[in-house]
Amino acid sequence: MIEPGNDDAIAPGHDRSLAVREEPIANPGLPAHQWRPTDVDERLEKRAERQVAAMFVLSMICGVLFVVAYFTLEIGDNFDTFIGLGASTVALGLTLGGALLFIGIGIIQWARKLMGDQEIVEMRHPAASSAEDREATLAALSLGAEESGIGRRPLVRNTLLGSLGLLGLPAVVLLRDLGPSNAEVANEEEGTGLQHTIWKPGMRLVRDVLGTPIKASEIEIGDLVNAAPEALFPTEENGYEEIEGVPLQVQKAKGAIIIVKMEPDEIKPGKGREDWTIDGVICYSKICTHVGCPISLYERTTHHVLCPCHQSTFDLADSAKVVFGPAHRPLPQLPLAVDSEGYLIAQSDFTEPVGASYWEREKQK
Amino acid sequence: MSLDTSKVASTNGSTPATASKPSKIGGVAGWADDRLGLATAMRKNLRKVFPDHWSFMLGEIALWSFVVLLLSGVFLTLWFNPSMGEVHYEGSYDPLRGIEMSEAMASTLNISFDVRGGLLMRQMHHWAAMIFVASMMVHLLRVYFTGAHRKPRELNWVIGCLLLLLGTLEGFTGYSLPDDLLSGTGVRAADGFLKATPVVGSYMSFFLFGGEFPGDQIIPRLYIVHVLLIPGLLLGLIAAHMLLLVYHKHTQWPGPGRTEQNVVGFPMLPVYAAKAGGYFFIVFGVTAIMGGLLSINPVWKFGPYDPTKVTAGSQPDWYMGWPDGLLRIMPGWESVIFGYTISWNVMIPILIVPPLMLVVLMLLPFIEAWITGDKRDHHLLQRPRNAPTRTAVMVSLMTFYGLAWAAGGNDLLAITFDLSINQITYFMRVMIFVGPAIAFFITRRWCISLQRHDNEKLLHGYETGVIMRSAEGGYTERHLPISETSAYTLTARDRDEIYSVDGDTDANGVVAPGSRVQALRAKLSKASFGHNVQKPTAEELAEAHAHAQHDHELEAGDDHSTGHELHGSTVQSVDEPPRAR
Amino acid sequence: MRLLNRSAGRISRHRRGPVAGLVVLLFGLLLTGGLYTVLDTAFVPAQADEQTMSDEELVAEGRELFLVGCSSCHGQNAEGLATVREGQVKGPSLVGVGAAAVDFQVGTGRMPMARPEQQAPRKGVVYNEEEIAAMAAYVASLAPGPAIPSEEDYSLEGLSEEEREEAIVRGGQIFLTNCTACHNFNGSGGAMPRGGYAPNLKGVEDRYIYEALLTGPQAMPNFSNGNLSPEAKRDVIAYLNTIEDQPEYGGFGMGGLGPVSEGLFAWLLGIGGLVGFAVWIAAHTTRTTRTPHLEEGAEA
Repeated sequence: MIEPGNDDAIAPGHDRSLAVREEPIANPGLPAHQWRPTDVDERLEKRAERQVAAMFVLSMICGVLFVVAYFTLEIGDNFDTFIGLGASTVALGLTLGGALLFIGIGIIQWARKLMGDQEIVEMRHPAASSAEDREATLAALSLGAEESGIGRRPLVRNTLLGSLGLLGLPAVVLLRDLGPSNAEVANEEEGTGLQHTIWKPGMRLVRDVLGTPIKASEIEIGDLVNAAPEALFPTEENGYEEIEGVPLQVQKAKGAIIIVKMEPDEIKPGKGREDWTIDGVICYSKICTHVGCPISLYERTTHHVLCPCHQSTFDLADSAKVVFGPAHRPLPQLPLAVDSEGYLIAQSDFTEPVGASYWEREKQK
Repeated sequence: MSLDTSKVASTNGSTPATASKPSKIGGVAGWADDRLGLATAMRKNLRKVFPDHWSFMLGEIALWSFVVLLLSGVFLTLWFNPSMGEVHYEGSYDPLRGIEMSEAMASTLNISFDVRGGLLMRQMHHWAAMIFVASMMVHLLRVYFTGAHRKPRELNWVIGCLLLLLGTLEGFTGYSLPDDLLSGTGVRAADGFLKATPVVGSYMSFFLFGGEFPGDQIIPRLYIVHVLLIPGLLLGLIAAHMLLLVYHKHTQWPGPGRTEQNVVGFPMLPVYAAKAGGYFFIVFGVTAIMGGLLSINPVWKFGPYDPTKVTAGSQPDWYMGWPDGLLRIMPGWESVIFGYTISWNVMIPILIVPPLMLVVLMLLPFIEAWITGDKRDHHLLQRPRNAPTRTAVMVSLMTFYGLAWAAGGNDLLAITFDLSINQITYFMRVMIFVGPAIAFFITRRWCISLQRHDNEKLLHGYETGVIMRSAEGGYTERHLPISETSAYTLTARDRDEIYSVDGDTDANGVVAPGSRVQALRAKLSKASFGHNVQKPTAEELAEAHAHAQHDHELEAGDDHSTGHELHGSTVQSVDEPPRAR
Repeated sequence: MRLLNRSAGRISRHRRGPVAGLVVLLFGLLLTGGLYTVLDTAFVPAQADEQTMSDEELVAEGRELFLVGCSSCHGQNAEGLATVREGQVKGPSLVGVGAAAVDFQVGTGRMPMARPEQQAPRKGVVYNEEEIAAMAAYVASLAPGPAIPSEEDYSLEGLSEEEREEAIVRGGQIFLTNCTACHNFNGSGGAMPRGGYAPNLKGVEDRYIYEALLTGPQAMPNFSNGNLSPEAKRDVIAYLNTIEDQPEYGGFGMGGLGPVSEGLFAWLLGIGGLVGFAVWIAAHTTRTTRTPHLEEGAEA
């Protein structure tokens, strides 16, 4: 069958004789048809008929029950329950499921028991067209090519190909305004762009959700505070501008932090980070440097924090270095200070971009 | 071409061209055919033959769950509001009342709590999506294990792979829409994946999100992709998939009367119209019952997406689990070259391996065809054991997939089985390479020994479990021949041919061009088929039977055993059930 | 609105555990004991003497129990024992952990524990309530630390309908910010590094949740009152009770573990069930050896 060195020795779809098997046992041919009990016994046939009809009747009952459940079972404020489950959803699901299943089972039972049961044989044809058709088509194709002169006029052909290829450019360029680039939105003052956040020197750290500022003295050893920049919780007292919608979400996504307190002598301060902690209180970005999940699975005994998405583990006592998992870079650390009232404040913004890595990240430190 | 002019009016007169009065069905059909001319096309296909086998219905699960998705999806669009505009939730679910959330989330909660049947439809839609992707994969496995991907069906295999890809993307865009905490976490991870793309990463992220993450564009954009773009592509490809199915006709299992030239089964009208139609109702019904009884994606417990919040067990839906697993077991490699960051830890598991796997999957039929050099059409299926290398390749790919998948749930494995996620991760880092190799060798040897077993049955019959003691006191088990039907079915397969390069020099001793490639091909062919057990030849069978008969006569002479006896060529049919098909 | 009524009603029922009375009693004892040290003895009538006596007795009894059951790991004076390996002491110092820590650890059966290097699981309680109270009193006597919270600390009682609703909503947000990362959105728990785990919060008594927040058992960080105010803790507990008591709107929760268990059910029930139907559809029906009386009877 295989002609060495020449894969195409046998044209595809031709020489069907090769497909005929050389069989050790001759094909005995289709076995004789065996009848079903319902074919030979009228009583059984009637019974099967009743079975099938019963399925359809059951389906109708379920359909009616669905409508009843729809209108009688309350949802919303005042909803009904059924063994601790939402009654409406369960009842509608079961009745709809029943209505559908019984139709399906009925139809299939009908096919299995009552419909014609003789297997029939259909002959196959090769997927390929006949040689004649193929030749005619090829001839038509080459005639078309010949008459258009596409082969003889390379100038026309090539310029056409060039112009068609160039159409890709408008198609791609049109998508340019899907969004601004990082460079266009980056603004240190507003904290926009991947390399900036809303943190400013002197900005207070506040509890997330509650928005209350945190005194360094309030935190005990072993505490974990999920915190945020005060600018995200503007009040009349703190005087920050109202922030909502997209800017709020963007700043939340970059500004979230975790504050922990450990024994001061357990902290191995990073180079140049000796004065970034307040009496064992240390603060890091909450955004994982792997792909950006918020991270706050903190073990106070080991000072490790784990990311629930891909299990990167960081050692908060040691500048949040990666001790396990797919992340590569430590969590950015927020330099801390205390204001005159004893509240925790940031010395500055993060000194590197927070969150997932990107191509030009190192250039934007 | 001759036109049938009998039904064309020859004048402008008012006399009808057809005079005969048709039956009721015929009347409607005739009316339609007069205008559409469908009878020609339908004549061939109304009685199209469907072979009866459960595994041929796996693709139907995918088809019908897609229909369920379309129906339930249309229902959901009537209420869902794909907007990221912020509102205060004021619906019926108290623990979230007054919370700020996107309109997408608020409308999802509205569908769940204030639209009757809304939660059911949401859950049915989600279950159907999970089943859709799962059934596509099961169908793919069936096709590959039985060799149904071979010529002339390679292109349909490629279409199927594209359907799997699109189905997965459709699922991802879908479960991101409610804008709840879990889906938002997934979208944020996707943002991280985009950013890891070399050179253009941050641009792609900013373009997709319409600015900095999360922006207010992603939900509307995913929505239109989810309800228009991908479903449109899916519909087109499903149509192509099924047209090719009709054109190629079904494959079938070998058996008496079933050959490469025919297809034996039940006609579409009425039997398979009923069976397939009935199966639609069953798929729909099972989805409805699952939607009614099993809670899926309880977004009200996750709450609206907030980029500062996260939950343990942050996993994607199951079909996205394996890239997520690869991501989890990837070591934290990142390099900085000329001041630019290359995040191998994200690129390899997300941007390189999954697309590569898809390409490998699509190329499988072509690689196999190249190695075998087989240019014939194949319509008879192969049992997985009769293609040991192919089966082993797929089992090895499945092992890779399964391990990556398990790694994607490593935290839940850890708490369920009291293990350490660290140990699971280290184990997986090794097993992801070793596991597929072990699976390959075990599967291949297993298949080959099953082939041996088949030959045993053919040559020496099946084991009756009857122990006989000879006059000398030795014990033997009596073997009896299998039925002719079973024997034929076992032998209805091709012998493997191993390609060799012996003839690669032409008459002048010049090495044929591309001989190195051919040498590789020969090597692969030998590795693939060299160990396979071929079916016995007619002579071997005859000899074995003669031998058995001889033994039998001896035994019969010795102890006048009654019961089963062999009569040479007229092999008695024994009540061994035919191989389950 | 009625939904909230139901939930709120349940919360108050739920909170009255069998030990509530004892807790109140104990709190009363501690409070009066504390007051006693502050107030002038002359001010206190003879009745207080009796209480002081019992308080001292309690501490003494607690010390006895401690020496027998706890000192092998925590040291004779609860000062903690030497490092087993880096970062891991055999038994940490209990000076300053407060009565709340003892009540939590012993009251949930976590202490005494068999193997100090492992995470202590919740298990059968070894000591009875009086013994736990005595040990708590002893440990509390070593140095000031968080006291056992009273029911008022985690009760929504006394709040108006509207305030309750707000408290539950706020509690949900605090829960999702501070707790779900480890304990999962449903409180079902989750995995931690090196074989550790955050336990399931379902069915855990309010008092123990409050104490765990206060004291940070095992590797859990603490949420001291300076970190998370008592009201915030109360709100979290109210939210937890709400989601525990509320019906499963969409059907059975499958463990509340998220997409992994959902995927499992899609495969087992969905694909498994549908393949079962496919086998039935394609299976050959029973056959008979008889043939129909009329040849063409079954045809068509």
